[in-house]
Amino acid sequence: MRILQRPSLRLSLVCALSLAMLATMAPAQAATPKDTLVVVTAMDDIVTLDPAESFEISAGEIMGNAYDRLVRYDVADPSKLLPDVAKSWTVSADGKTITFEIKDGLKFASGNPLTAEDVAFSLQRAVILGKTPAFILTQFGLNKANVAEKVRASGKTVVFEIDKSYAPTLVLNCLTANVASIVDKKLLMSKEQNGDMGYAWLKTNYAGSGPMKIREWRANEIVTLEKNDSYWGAKSKVNRVIYRHVKEAATQRLLLEKGDADIARNLTPQDLDAVASNKDIKRTSTSKGYVIYLSLNQKHPALSKPEVREAMKYLLDYSAIGQTLIKNIGTIHQNFLPVGLLGASTDNPYKLDVERAKQLLAKAGYPNGFKVTIDMRTVQPYQGITESFQQTAKRAGIEIEIIPGDGKQTLAKYRARTHDIYIGQWGADYWDPHTNADTFARNPNNADDAKDKPLAWRNSWDIPEMTKKSDTAMFERDAAKRRVMYQDIQADFRKTSPFIVVHQINEVAAFRSNLEELKLGPTSDATYMYKVNKR
Amino acid sequence: MTGASSPGSGLGKRLGNQASILSRFAATVLLTYLGLLAVTFFIGRVIPIDPVLSIVGDRASEELVRQVREDLGLNKPLWDQFLIYIQKVLQGDFGTSILTSNPVMQDIRRAFPATFELATLGILIGAGLGIPLGVWAAVKRGGWVDQSVRVMGLLGYSMPIFWLGLMALVVFYAKLDWVGGPGRIDIAFEYSVPRVSGLLLLDAALAGEWEAMGNAFSHLVLPASLLGYFSLAYISRMTRSFMLNELSQEYVITARAKGISERRIIWNHALRNAMVPLLTVVALSYAHLLEGSVLTETVFAWPGLGLYITNSLQNADMNAVLGGTVIVGSIFIGLNLFTDFLYRVLDPRTRAE
Repeated sequence: MRILQRPSLRLSLVCALSLAMLATMAPAQAATPKDTLVVVTAMDDIVTLDPAESFEISAGEIMGNAYDRLVRYDVADPSKLLPDVAKSWTVSADGKTITFEIKDGLKFASGNPLTAEDVAFSLQRAVILGKTPAFILTQFGLNKANVAEKVRASGKTVVFEIDKSYAPTLVLNCLTANVASIVDKKLLMSKEQNGDMGYAWLKTNYAGSGPMKIREWRANEIVTLEKNDSYWGAKSKVNRVIYRHVKEAATQRLLLEKGDADIARNLTPQDLDAVASNKDIKRTSTSKGYVIYLSLNQKHPALSKPEVREAMKYLLDYSAIGQTLIKNIGTIHQNFLPVGLLGASTDNPYKLDVERAKQLLAKAGYPNGFKVTIDMRTVQPYQGITESFQQTAKRAGIEIEIIPGDGKQTLAKYRARTHDIYIGQWGADYWDPHTNADTFARNPNNADDAKDKPLAWRNSWDIPEMTKKSDTAMFERDAAKRRVMYQDIQADFRKTSPFIVVHQINEVAAFRSNLEELKLGPTSDATYMYKVNKR
Repeated sequence: MTGASSPGSGLGKRLGNQASILSRFAATVLLTYLGLLAVTFFIGRVIPIDPVLSIVGDRASEELVRQVREDLGLNKPLWDQFLIYIQKVLQGDFGTSILTSNPVMQDIRRAFPATFELATLGILIGAGLGIPLGVWAAVKRGGWVDQSVRVMGLLGYSMPIFWLGLMALVVFYAKLDWVGGPGRIDIAFEYSVPRVSGLLLLDAALAGEWEAMGNAFSHLVLPASLLGYFSLAYISRMTRSFMLNELSQEYVITARAKGISERRIIWNHALRNAMVPLLTVVALSYAHLLEGSVLTETVFAWPGLGLYITNSLQNADMNAVLGGTVIVGSIFIGLNLFTDFLYRVLDPRTRAE
């Protein structure tokens, strides 16, 4: 998933100061149309509207409102699954076959009936197109050659066959992801060009059955959703949702305060503090499935020492970071599973302890520290955290040179394993612990030409034992046992890994107080605008 | 007109001359474009940003990355890539933007009118106020008018547009409610104006949606005034110095000696002469505004060309950047031609054969 954008510190400061100067002025009121929800957000990350390809945060939310899937997770309790177009499902004794019965009388927004045939087509199409999120399905042994046989419609049911006895919750959780959205086969095949299954057309169009339909996407300007009157479930409470691309947080705040926007999505911590005193504006927040971490490349001679890895974890001023840099937008969290996922741990044993770090460094043979570089993209809160780390690490003799860069520049370097230290973020791709265990705690092959290149690989962290443990957890069908397995892996990970997990992201939205039922989901595709009521 | 085609006749010679001037001109323009494209293309390919990552994101498998790289033709030698690109451009195909999934020209047809409206109103304000102020300052040299114009110019020069834009929004939009806020039009009017030209004022007028037109204007006036103010600062300073130069010329003294009114001397004689270099200043200011101003567009959530090109560049979306560059290049070339033409009208000497 693409990285959340935060405006640079300097701009934010300038804006905060300017606004503070005029804070005493109460703005004159404007209002948005009563049947329309206006959301201001930075959404220049959207590159496609095809759920088989879309993997960006802003697009995720659009897909969640506009497309149905077989099952959804319950936003109130993400460990529960709710039927969506599936009426019910059964898992075979060996766990390798799941049979879904599809609800009767469903319709796409186009008017075409939604049948088991469409469901099978949608999953097959995602695998055959093979775009970025396809791995969520192909990890179960599906590929272009076998998918037509493994995923098939038969009458009112869809049969989903996988290669191994994975934990059924894992498989079902994966089917809640956007990539498993149900698309309109008849409509798409009528738009097909050169056997592309409607890929070229769907990039900028809509072929779904969800509570809202996508009316228009004007890149970097607007996305308009409209109520889908043929939706099978509870109908949308507003007729229209308009997302406007407003990159600048200060501008978002002005629009919200003035009443020209109903919801602002990217306010800075300072702006959030400022609007707290406005009685017309409320805030809502939720812990997202994203963690921010620093990672140490094990190709670096000093960083590869176990004592050094641990020492680094004592050199971050977590409490200062939590109270200032990520106030309102994050919570200190030192584990790779974000809170909300099965098996997530809230143990945060590390705090700033320079003496302890010095002892560990001496034990590793670096009593006077060493020099090292860190690749950092120049946005907040990365900048603040990195600079704070540079200061505190210096107290133990470690000289950190910051190499600032654009997000794609630093990422390219990270993917090529040529960094020393990297600061980045990782988000859950689907709502199951395996999503993060797969990347933080699994590294099947540490060779340069490995096929899988998880985060552990990117940091050259060779962990055959932990990889085995993560694989076992993937197959455990007893949820209670599975939870304990992930907690064990995390305990080991906290002590030995080259990852310094810093915090979990909180998403905060500020909204006009005449809105009800606005709830941000733990993943972007579970923020449901159609449930929002506008008084 | 049989004589026209016979060689040696005066008219034929003149036409021949014109043709050769024209073909030389066309060659220059073509070369300029080619150079522009080549430089942009190669810079775009050597910057350390991978366009494939922009499309597939961080999670893509190696296989997909390789496949997309191949689909985009990025594994071919740079020269081949460039030649293929030029070939397509000559057929009128500027390619598809990887960020918006739209043909680049379709994107630009959407972004450019937004910038065009802003820039045009901006330059009208800038030149319409800047030139008289500059003249006034030159005439009352050293007086309080001159001083205040200088201070205003200096402020316009040195204040960050980002900050000024935000302050202007807080005061005139949020507090006083005199103007529309960020964006081109209120959400309520978003779907009431059919987009024909992309110029909202014009489209609203064509559709007879006068309320929508008024609303679009109220959104336009603040960012346009800001851009106008910044070009005003520059134009008034230049006007002042051109005018000072003209007013110290001997023909002015002669005119004064002849008893011509001071007003005619300033506006008919001196300004007319100062107008020739001034035109270049105004045209260049206009061209700069038409490129789009990233910061203004950011603060005012204005979906214009500046943001489009910047965002594309940051993602190495080279088709979009190249398409944008061609448009900006065309603006510069077009405005240069236009000022050349105006020179001929204003300055009889340039008309001499």
